[in-house]
Amino acid sequence: MRFELMYESFFEIIKGVPLTLEVVFLSTIFGLVLAVGVALMRVSKNKFFSNPAYYFIYTIRGTPLLLQLFFIYYGLAQFTFIRESFLWYVLESPLFCGILTLTLSTAAYSAEIIRGGMQSVSPGYIEAGSSMGMSKMLRLRKIILPITIRQALPAYGNELILMVKATSLISIVTLMEITGIARTIISKTYAPVEIFIVAGSIYLFINFVITRFIKYAEHKVNHGSI
Amino acid sequence: MRIIKVFTTLLITLSLSSFALAGDWSKIRVGTEGAYEPWNYTNAAGELVGAELDLARDLCARMGADCEFVQQDWDGIIPALVQGKYDVIMAGMSITEERMKTISFSSAYMTEPAKMSTIKGSPLTTLSTAKNLNLDDDSAATKGTIGTLNAALKGLRLGVTAATIHEDFANTYLDVDLKIYPTQDEMNLDLSAGRIDAALSDSGTIEAYMGTPSGANVTFFGPNIFGGLLGEGVGAGIRQGDSDLKAMFDKAIAEAAADGTISRISMQYFGKDLAP
Repeated sequence: MRFELMYESFFEIIKGVPLTLEVVFLSTIFGLVLAVGVALMRVSKNKFFSNPAYYFIYTIRGTPLLLQLFFIYYGLAQFTFIRESFLWYVLESPLFCGILTLTLSTAAYSAEIIRGGMQSVSPGYIEAGSSMGMSKMLRLRKIILPITIRQALPAYGNELILMVKATSLISIVTLMEITGIARTIISKTYAPVEIFIVAGSIYLFINFVITRFIKYAEHKVNHGSI
Repeated sequence: MRIIKVFTTLLITLSLSSFALAGDWSKIRVGTEGAYEPWNYTNAAGELVGAELDLARDLCARMGADCEFVQQDWDGIIPALVQGKYDVIMAGMSITEERMKTISFSSAYMTEPAKMSTIKGSPLTTLSTAKNLNLDDDSAATKGTIGTLNAALKGLRLGVTAATIHEDFANTYLDVDLKIYPTQDEMNLDLSAGRIDAALSDSGTIEAYMGTPSGANVTFFGPNIFGGLLGEGVGAGIRQGDSDLKAMFDKAIAEAAADGTISRISMQYFGKDLAP
């Protein structure tokens, strides 16, 4: 073990943390907004809404993330009409392609988590609410949402952790985040064990913070007044 | 406690594996990348082919050994040699002082300059420089050529493959927005797509790409670059302890160069003679 190398490389690899966090943050936010929409479409009784949502989730969950990233980044760039269209302004950017891929991925998984949460609301509760004269919005706010969040939160926390780890893939499209920097250092020092331990520890720390945060949120919704 | 024990055992096994095989060279395992046409690449049937595969078979026959090929990603190709996953690297790898700190090399079996490429119609194609840039030559002319190149590329996006002499060259001499790719293939795609303004690599591998439909819009510019940190040609990477294997390769390469085998393979794959 070359401990001095581990110490030095830590300060190099840590420079990739802002990019990793930026990608996680943006794709989680966009992904969550998209996921709520997809989940609402998915539970709709109208096939016009539920079918597209079903196939979106089916496609994204059924194909590897790496392949999706290759498809969006290298695949779409093969078509001249895409390179000449306005889409190229954003698709040219590796950062945009990385965030887009992760957004679509987390949207599909989160939509299923949210749908599961919504369907765990017993019809009896909703009937009870309406028999007491609660309006549709009030029932959504006071009954459906709190139960959905309570049910979905543990699984969603898991999804957040998976997102942090998934960002390691974007180094293949020239984005130098934690894993990308680690690989660059390895290719110069030929010390994969040391460098990967350092990079792994950084991921571990980020995910530790996220786990704590989710625990805190779970405690809040179970004992608080949401 | 049990986890620590398992982990320790794993580490010990990993470190011992490097020493497990030595001495008997009736079978030689050759590590290559398989993504660096025409040096070594993977054909449509998924088989490893290329100039180095043919050369390796020829050298192994001269050494009276069986060759077995192992495919390994470029950025891990030296660690895997050191760990004993194969015995020799033949992957278009230039002999450099930097790499000699970790492994040793046979004598060079081919030499080829590095070259910049861009897409047709790019302003870079009109750049005029000296024909050759020899980094061993420390003259004002050399500095002038580097200066011209640097001025033309300033702030532009230049693609290189990770952990190559080309990445070192860019880091040392150029002031560019460097984009680092895992393999040459991915860099080629982004060059054609216009995501990078220029690429730096061995000239032969870009020539191979120019011959494909998607690479038809790619063209060379700037000087032939060689010498200095770009190394002394392409050689076979060998573990530092295996000096007997290095001696066998040196002898076989000298024979293959003398009887024209290297020139023949080179003409077949590169269309020019890269024999040392």
